[in-house]
Amino acid sequence: MTNEGLARQIRRDVVEMTHIAHASHVASALSIADIVAVLYNGVMNISPQNADDPNRDRFVLSKGHAGAAVYAALAEKGFIPREELRTYYGMNGTESRLSGHISHKGVPGVEISTGSLGQGVCVACGFALAGKKDGRDYRVFAVVGDGECDEGSVWEMALFAAHTKLNNYTVIVDRNNLQSLKSTEDTIALGDLSAKWKAFGWDVVDIDGHNCGDLKSVLSGKRDKPLCVIAHTVKGKGVSFMENDIVWHYRDPQNEQYEQAIAELGGDPL
Amino acid sequence: MRNAFVAELGNIARNNPNVCLMIGDLGFGVVDKFANEFPDRFINAGISEQNMTSVATGLAMCGNKVYTYSIGNFPTLRCLEQVRNLAAYHNANVKIVSIGAGVAYGGAGITHHATEDLSILRAIPNITIFSPADKDEAIVAAQASFATNGVCYVRLGKGGEQTLHELCAEAETVTDIFKPRKIRSGKGKTVILATGTIATEALKAAEQLYAPLWTIPTVKPLPETFIEQLARDYDTIVTFEEHQIQGGFGGAVSEVVAGLNGNRASVKRIGFDNQFSAQIAPPPEILTYYGITAENLVRQLSEQET
Repeated sequence: MTNEGLARQIRRDVVEMTHIAHASHVASALSIADIVAVLYNGVMNISPQNADDPNRDRFVLSKGHAGAAVYAALAEKGFIPREELRTYYGMNGTESRLSGHISHKGVPGVEISTGSLGQGVCVACGFALAGKKDGRDYRVFAVVGDGECDEGSVWEMALFAAHTKLNNYTVIVDRNNLQSLKSTEDTIALGDLSAKWKAFGWDVVDIDGHNCGDLKSVLSGKRDKPLCVIAHTVKGKGVSFMENDIVWHYRDPQNEQYEQAIAELGGDPL
Repeated sequence: MRNAFVAELGNIARNNPNVCLMIGDLGFGVVDKFANEFPDRFINAGISEQNMTSVATGLAMCGNKVYTYSIGNFPTLRCLEQVRNLAAYHNANVKIVSIGAGVAYGGAGITHHATEDLSILRAIPNITIFSPADKDEAIVAAQASFATNGVCYVRLGKGGEQTLHELCAEAETVTDIFKPRKIRSGKGKTVILATGTIATEALKAAEQLYAPLWTIPTVKPLPETFIEQLARDYDTIVTFEEHQIQGGFGGAVSEVVAGLNGNRASVKRIGFDNQFSAQIAPPPEILTYYGITAENLVRQLSEQET
């Protein structure tokens, strides 16, 4: 499957999951679909067969509320059964492993549970430090929201990772410019995020977070410093009426909107 | 006490290459030996306890046993959510060590007094809590925290405390940290339990009251069967802690006793009673001001009798 094909499948699954579960954060998950697709489709050395191998690459979704996108990728890559996606949020009366905010408990391929912002990205930093300590050459990737960068702990980590020269660590900022209630700039202005990460001692690359080719080439390279990829994205990407509309941080797709969303993503509604 | 603990940690690290020590830029003169001997396993996280605890969790999840070390509330309350969501929920081998239990930092002020940590951490699943009373218990706590899977919290005094054995020849040698330690025999219908360095004050009370004294070096898990038996055998169980009595050691003992049917002891809790330790003074004067003394206990018990 191509990266673009996987991203499209992730988007369809995300819409289905939030539709079935009446769950929030559909737009947050759509925002990172291409990033997640590229990572799981060849950039990372991770598969159902090596999910416990100490030398595997590690992925942490620090913006845990977008977990649906990762579950969808895991289903497509064979870590979990596809039909299990229907149990997302535990809303349909069957047992579920797939909490809204991403859970690691019993879910192969998920390293840690997140949901409280500004935390996953710091644990991922610990994974990277462990790799250096033990002489293993795996890489660690974390996706952090731009609004999540309000959290001070993100910047504690940024100082630490640069100081300890963790060039095996890549943070991808999902720069969609929207957070819970308003734009990032109208909430707590983040300003020039690239300059900020650079000032903290990181290699920084700005890219189109929906261009799978660019994502792949940036995420595949070796670095001398920790790498921060500012992935410029559109919240709700792929569903016209969700794009850049703040309401889809919380609203779940139902009725005609659900049908239209699935149609735009080239699929058939349930 | 803290020197003995860190020295023992060094002994453990010598034979176990997965033992790491992370500090939050504190430990002047205490951690140098460890840092020099194990430079690749000593990490100063800077003044950033949230990141320290999170990175420790990441290191631990890759096979390490990581000790985080700082003063009082800094490695615990400052990063409480990281302790809960990351270290404890993931059952990671993160061992939190705090220095300056209770008001050991005296006139430094209330930011440096740890008087709620036991209550708060006790409420979180997957955490084992060690509260050694002296150097001897601290050394065994170092060994037990290494041997115990998952998150441990070790609450240490500041240093220079006398050992209970020096103060009372009868005090048992520490062998199993999870068991109550008999410090002094006694008679009568009152038994005293203490956790942490306030045990020295509890010893004075026990001597004045001719009462038996035990230290309880683990606040979680508590030796519940032992406490239940005491509740059957005595009229009053006194608890001593350098900590709030709400939800702490005395609260934990009360929970065990409250679960018993029929005749059982009442629990008298000595500690801070819903107050900040705001007096600016050396530790003994602070403790006196808030009534955490043998004298206050003896007075209260005699008033109760009359």
